[in-house]
Amino acid sequence: MNSIKSIRKDWDLIESLINEKSRVLDVGCGEGDLIQQLEKNLQANVHGVEKDQGMALKGISKGLNITHGDAEKDLFQYANQSFDYVILSQTLQAMIEPKKILTELLRVGSKAIVSFPNFGHWKIRLQLLLLGKMPITEGLPYSWYDTPNIHFFTLKDFENLCKDMNIVIESSIGLTSKGKQFSLNSTLLPTNIITHEAIFLLSYKNFEPIKIKTTNKMFAKNSAIIN
Amino acid sequence: MSDIEIKKDKELDCSIAEFTNANFELVSGSVLESFKIAFKTFGSLNKNQSNAILICHALTGDQYVSGHNPITERDGWWSRMVGPDKPIDTNKFFVICSNVLGGCSGSTGPKQKKDDEDIIYGGSFPSITIKDMVSAQVKLIDALKIDKLFSVVGGSMGAMQALQWSTDFPNRIQTIVHIAGALKHSAQNIAFHEVGRQAIMNDPNWHTGNYIDKESIPERGLSVARMIAHITYLSEDAMHRKFGRKLQSRDIISFGFDADFQIESYLRYQGRSFVERFDANSYLYLTRAMDYFDHSETYRKTLEFINNENDNIKYLIISFTSDWLFPTRENKEIVETLNSLSRNVSFLEIDTDKGHDSFLLDEPDLDIAMRGFLESNYGKTNE
Repeated sequence: MNSIKSIRKDWDLIESLINEKSRVLDVGCGEGDLIQQLEKNLQANVHGVEKDQGMALKGISKGLNITHGDAEKDLFQYANQSFDYVILSQTLQAMIEPKKILTELLRVGSKAIVSFPNFGHWKIRLQLLLLGKMPITEGLPYSWYDTPNIHFFTLKDFENLCKDMNIVIESSIGLTSKGKQFSLNSTLLPTNIITHEAIFLLSYKNFEPIKIKTTNKMFAKNSAIIN
Repeated sequence: MSDIEIKKDKELDCSIAEFTNANFELVSGSVLESFKIAFKTFGSLNKNQSNAILICHALTGDQYVSGHNPITERDGWWSRMVGPDKPIDTNKFFVICSNVLGGCSGSTGPKQKKDDEDIIYGGSFPSITIKDMVSAQVKLIDALKIDKLFSVVGGSMGAMQALQWSTDFPNRIQTIVHIAGALKHSAQNIAFHEVGRQAIMNDPNWHTGNYIDKESIPERGLSVARMIAHITYLSEDAMHRKFGRKLQSRDIISFGFDADFQIESYLRYQGRSFVERFDANSYLYLTRAMDYFDHSETYRKTLEFINNENDNIKYLIISFTSDWLFPTRENKEIVETLNSLSRNVSFLEIDTDKGHDSFLLDEPDLDIAMRGFLESNYGKTNE
């Protein structure tokens, strides 16, 4: 019950970051509930990618545009800057090459929305410190030997990676384990300790996609100008 | 000016649309002055004509998609998919299924008589392409006074027709369900077809296609062609599961060339029963039409630059893991093109060991996807 609630909370926050009538791609979209919500509330043109046959089937049956496939192999088929937003919700830690995926997200979309569980949360730190065992929490409920989550990282790690990759954090929201929401920009809060889950809105620095408009179509050329 | 007359054919238990003075030009350059399309409909067309679905049949299919087939005396080839309360629900949708041009179940094809003459086409029938089949279907849809189809649905050669609809008549369709097809017929598939055709053409009863005049049927050739093709519709796993090395009506091998094994007996039966319902020349012409199908160079350009109307089509592409005739890889090529052009596309690869024939068999996920895709999109566009 709790985890469903926290996912819904996560989705509402993601929705709050998206403009109406945008083109949105959800990578690892599951049964498509998030994009269905975005389609309904924002009249967004929504698409999804899902690896699991059963989940993709459920999404397709709802009339959603879902491509059954592997995000780590199949994102190449989307054109440069063909979406306004690309969402990666609670999945980055399960990717084999997280850095490559981040690059792909911002190639395909002008903005990326990434959410993940923070491995720097105090409960996790305490478990590791006091018990000396790999932590098991609501957000990361699996044993170390049987988990889809293969890359653990903290808020700080993620922020550093963005810096390395010249990715701008346009907006960032933290959630406590009780679902309390706060800005991650705050210098007063020990964010890396209290953030249970983080949501980031990302883009490239000074990115100006050159859009060429003809009578029928909009062509976008990928030309990131990075300072 | 072409004239159209729609008649009921009692013997064939279907409708026949007769087009005269049609001046119907084929891709090959030949012209059909008149032609007939045999078709069946199920359910009823609603007031705003928004619920029509055209089902395109595969190589050896026909217009009897559901209900009773008077030729085989069996249920229609997709009775499990089409009918009241079935995944393609005829309580909601008006389903049209026509026999393709070049076929042998009532539409103009090699076993029919030529325009106003008493001579059977036979080997003089002009070469047919998938594009020609679709152009003839459009004439039928016009004759039925339907402006826009809600969907075109097809598997295998039917999928090729659905794809052709999306490039040639995008403003006449809302959705497409493309099952187990490809942008082009592969070299391996052409090779298998060629073996089948050689079997027919090397049968002394073929008489360069004019066997009906000679009152003979190249049944040995046609049944061998069917046996070969049938292997390509299955998968190794499914064949092993169904037959293994089991012997047919015997406990020990015969040390001869009888059908010792169940798989042999099964294939012989498939070949024999096919001869009773299918015309050898139609088999030649239709396999050729599939061989000629190639959108690998033109598809992207057509979608991107030539026919912008297809922006609004919703596509569902389905493939099967064990299909080696139209493998996932080839279906995915279409999906990748559509996704790279930011089209509304869904893709599902269904895990099954039943091979290419999966689309005709009991595959629950196929049923769910079909019903869900059609009904949810119908709800969205026709509220």
